[in-house]
Amino acid sequence: MDGPASILLDFTLCIGCGACEDACQEEHNLPADPPEDRLDYRNYTVVLKKDDQYYRKMCMHCEEPTCASVCPVAALIKTEEGPVIYHPDKCIGCRYCMMACPFGIPAYEWHKPIPVIRKCIMCNERVSAGKQTACAWVCPVGACRFGPREKMLAIAKRRIAQFPDRYVDYIYGEKEVGGTSVLMLSGTPFEDLGFRMDLGEQALPELTWTVMSKIPNIVITGGILLGGISWIIQRRMDIEKENLSALDEHIKNQEKGGDA
Amino acid sequence: MTSLIAYWQRLSGHRRFAWITAGFIILLGLVLTYRRFFIGLGDVTNLTDEFPWGFWIAFDVVGGVALAAGGFTLCFLVYIFGYHRYHSIVRPTVLTAFLGYILVAVGLLYDLGKYYNIWHPIVMWNPHSVMFEVAWCVILYLTVLFLEFLPVVLEKFNLIAPLRFMQKLTIPIVLMGVILSTLHQSSLGSVFLIVPNKLHPLWYTPILPLLFFLSAVMVGPAIVILESSLSARLFHRGLETPILADLARFLQVALLVYVAVKIQDLFVRGVVGELFTGEYEAYHFMGEMLCLFFAFVILAFRKLRTNQRWLFTAATLVGLGVVYNRMNVAWIGMLRGTGASYYPAWTELATSAFLITVGMVAFYFIAKFFPIFPELEEEHSHA
Repeated sequence: MDGPASILLDFTLCIGCGACEDACQEEHNLPADPPEDRLDYRNYTVVLKKDDQYYRKMCMHCEEPTCASVCPVAALIKTEEGPVIYHPDKCIGCRYCMMACPFGIPAYEWHKPIPVIRKCIMCNERVSAGKQTACAWVCPVGACRFGPREKMLAIAKRRIAQFPDRYVDYIYGEKEVGGTSVLMLSGTPFEDLGFRMDLGEQALPELTWTVMSKIPNIVITGGILLGGISWIIQRRMDIEKENLSALDEHIKNQEKGGDA
Repeated sequence: MTSLIAYWQRLSGHRRFAWITAGFIILLGLVLTYRRFFIGLGDVTNLTDEFPWGFWIAFDVVGGVALAAGGFTLCFLVYIFGYHRYHSIVRPTVLTAFLGYILVAVGLLYDLGKYYNIWHPIVMWNPHSVMFEVAWCVILYLTVLFLEFLPVVLEKFNLIAPLRFMQKLTIPIVLMGVILSTLHQSSLGSVFLIVPNKLHPLWYTPILPLLFFLSAVMVGPAIVILESSLSARLFHRGLETPILADLARFLQVALLVYVAVKIQDLFVRGVVGELFTGEYEAYHFMGEMLCLFFAFVILAFRKLRTNQRWLFTAATLVGLGVVYNRMNVAWIGMLRGTGASYYPAWTELATSAFLITVGMVAFYFIAKFFPIFPELEEEHSHA
């Protein structure tokens, strides 16, 4: 494929059949009776309805994923093909990914003694084998398309230009937090569907990297500075002590001399 | 057993009550520990996918690390800056910091879903993650605190040669401790840099790491004062009031610096208006600032500063103010942005109380049987 994989969701085409949900449950061996109104540990995607508009929630597979940047053990990583995948064996369960995800996607198995993170992995195995994701493959109306991001973005722009009455003039995911691999088109404003419009265009990992990259400097400069201060102060105290004892000696000698 | 009964009969009513309470909390804590590790986090916490970090992170870890700041501030003053007149309170302070950090680490074990993988950051690196830095700081600083405490154990068992060797290493060890603490205290602020859209603007600022560090420097002397006053009562020993009043001056300066930077930050970011919205965030922000304000007023008067009770009150207020701040950042300030309605379950509170109780009992026994307080030490050798 030319460039990293991406998924284009066109909510105006969705008929709410739920085939993508079923295909996803089957592909990833998830339980057959997941919740129908939200994401949790039992599903990777969910089709919802607001007024007359169907829409879908799933991992956005950010270009610069916040979850992968905050994971202390690199259990979450973005592959070259595009999916953000998860290694449960590495995970320590700190849930920083859940805290940090601007879209609130990763879910947790709160009811288990040994829980793991659950989220869409963009059918990583299928994608590496050159296939489409299960949801894109099964969609009967083309509301979920799979392909290179450049191409999907071009399609999205063309559709908006061709049918300005059908779409709101916005591609969700084009610029959000530095851009995502999942792109969305809608006829209803995205904020009405519960999508955050205040995320900004800056990739969030940059916020912490500006601090993290300074650490080696802090350690080296701080170490030399503190060591220097301690040495100078110690040295001055030693000299003062020597001077005092020399003075004592001097006084004693004089007293002796006086006696003789 | 008979000596234990005799010991019990000699205890005052207050102390009997304290031991019974501690015993009850510990028993309850053991039951909750079982439920946490064999049933799951969901059984003992109110955590949800929307609000994955709760009271244990806010209080036990983020708050706990702040309250363990006494160790590095005092060691800095004594060993780096040569304030040797504080030497007599170094050992109890280091012990408090050591136990504090062990409690933080244990608290973390309770919170981590796959706690047995806690060592993974040592071999699986991600230098982009603040949590990676936090993990390394905890591991290294725990080692440093162990080394700082080691001379006490060596002295107890009269191991002169290794004791001399350790004393030669004092300065480099303290240096490492100060740098690691600086990194760790600030990194707990950096943890929240990644949630600009979730944390309320009263607390979200690019200088969060600086604010966390400055407030740790401020709360350090306050914790030393609290810990000295409490152990003075517990062990019926004289209190180093002149030393503590002196330390209170440091506290006062650090407090002024922290509050000045914090208020200036509100103006620079243009969010002063958020204080007058009448929303709950504004009241909680004012709450943490009021604690510090009252402490400042007390410390401003020499008469109050040199009075044991007032000094204790001021130090308590500073401790409260800092813990309040950590709770605001990790909990209160995150509610609106995440749309969650989290409040801790009683089982979360009880588990935290359990860990603190175990820590205090450990401090009591270590201080009783190891040379921690110089004048108790003399009693040991006379006996």
